[in-house]
Amino acid sequence: MDAPPEPRVAPRTVYRHKLFTRVWHWLNAVAVLILIPSGLMIFNAHPRLYWGHFGANFDHAWLELPRFPGWVTIPSHYSLAGARHWHLFFALVLGFGLLAYMIVGLLNRHLQRDLRIRGAELGPRHLVADFRAHLALRFHDPAHPGAYNIFQKLSYAGTVFVLIPLLIVSGLAISPGMWPWLADLFGGRQSARSVHFIAMACMTGFVVVHLTLVLLAGPVNEVRSMVTGRWRLPEDEA
Amino acid sequence: MITRRTLLVGTGATFLAGCDALTDNPALLSAEDAHRFLQRSINGRAALAREFRADQRSPIFRVNGTANPNTPEYNALAAGNFADWRLRVDGLVERPLSLSLAQIRTLPQRAQVTRHDCVEGWSAIGKWQGPRLETLLQRAGIGRDARYIVFHCADRIGGQPFYESIDLVDAFHPQTILAWALNDAPLNIGHGAPLRLRVERQLGYKQAKYVMRVEAVASLDGIGAGKGGYWEDSNGYEWYAGI
Repeated sequence: MDAPPEPRVAPRTVYRHKLFTRVWHWLNAVAVLILIPSGLMIFNAHPRLYWGHFGANFDHAWLELPRFPGWVTIPSHYSLAGARHWHLFFALVLGFGLLAYMIVGLLNRHLQRDLRIRGAELGPRHLVADFRAHLALRFHDPAHPGAYNIFQKLSYAGTVFVLIPLLIVSGLAISPGMWPWLADLFGGRQSARSVHFIAMACMTGFVVVHLTLVLLAGPVNEVRSMVTGRWRLPEDEA
Repeated sequence: MITRRTLLVGTGATFLAGCDALTDNPALLSAEDAHRFLQRSINGRAALAREFRADQRSPIFRVNGTANPNTPEYNALAAGNFADWRLRVDGLVERPLSLSLAQIRTLPQRAQVTRHDCVEGWSAIGKWQGPRLETLLQRAGIGRDARYIVFHCADRIGGQPFYESIDLVDAFHPQTILAWALNDAPLNIGHGAPLRLRVERQLGYKQAKYVMRVEAVASLDGIGAGKGGYWEDSNGYEWYAGI
């Protein structure tokens, strides 16, 4: 029996993001949007960073910054206690959200299918071609419109498997009630605090680049795909 | 006309103002109990805080909080080198105690080089020495109804007497001591002379200085504003300060 005829016009949208990925994305977005400003307020209480186990006013600081202004902190007026309420609540959202994302992502094969990096993708030829495509503001492969490009894979995998875990573990290491060896992993509590701050700066960088690329790739289509899951193909590829 | 810029700025300002308004929301505050439950679940009641070698101590251990209670009563005690000072141990105990500094120094002692972690972010390492709180509570015969130990202090901040409290898990922890010495010398006034609490798995604001009275209670209601400590009452800091 003959196969049914191909429809003349291919579907104009592809299903890009599963429901769980979308829910996690937005929960995570809220958590990061709260954690960074409330963390900056906590930093304002002692805006000096050290390496090692101890570090206070009389010790050598490797970084000393002016206090962050109220328009980038939560709360907007000085309140270490208030900032801690926000930070410690959304730290739980970030931590358990990531755990759920990893478990569900393994079970529904999102991680294996969408984030797995193949050797060929890391070849210089592929990297250069993809980089040129980025410069021309072409962010997807017309042959596989649902797939992430290599720079997306690298930055998403780096964020999910390296950056967010590093933020969580270094944050826990600062806590006096946690396992003591956690701080030792970083070379001491003050080193863990420094790593926590540096990882926050990397996370801020990720958010800025991510939002910039969403704007360049077409914000309405990108945001819709993260809300409904469906991403619309460009007219000439439909 | 609403431009994109004013929309963005307006959204940001509304977001921040909304956050300010929600800062003392009970849902947010519930995280404290969650963290206490999680930390104690994974970390065993008697798990020790990290102890260091003597050569890992901070060169200078900074003073924080009250640097001198400076009340007439305290100044009189300090002028006599705390010879007339007595520590009261009372509340829900069978045998209230009144101990001199000399008696406290002859109790079984524990010395520990530990890290003091301020809620602000800085840390200092020092050697503390004194009897375990458990020793005092056992000598006084702590009652069955006791749930918390309250530390009443000689200093006042903004007219309010300073106090702190911990529960029995921390009160009986092996590293919870009433220290009279820092770095092998009697506490100076800046560090809480003559006696201060060390509860090593919590942040610095729990380490009450100038302790005058240790009270065993069934509930924290009716003490101060009822939240278990001066900083908890006045500024909204978490009572459980393990994170």
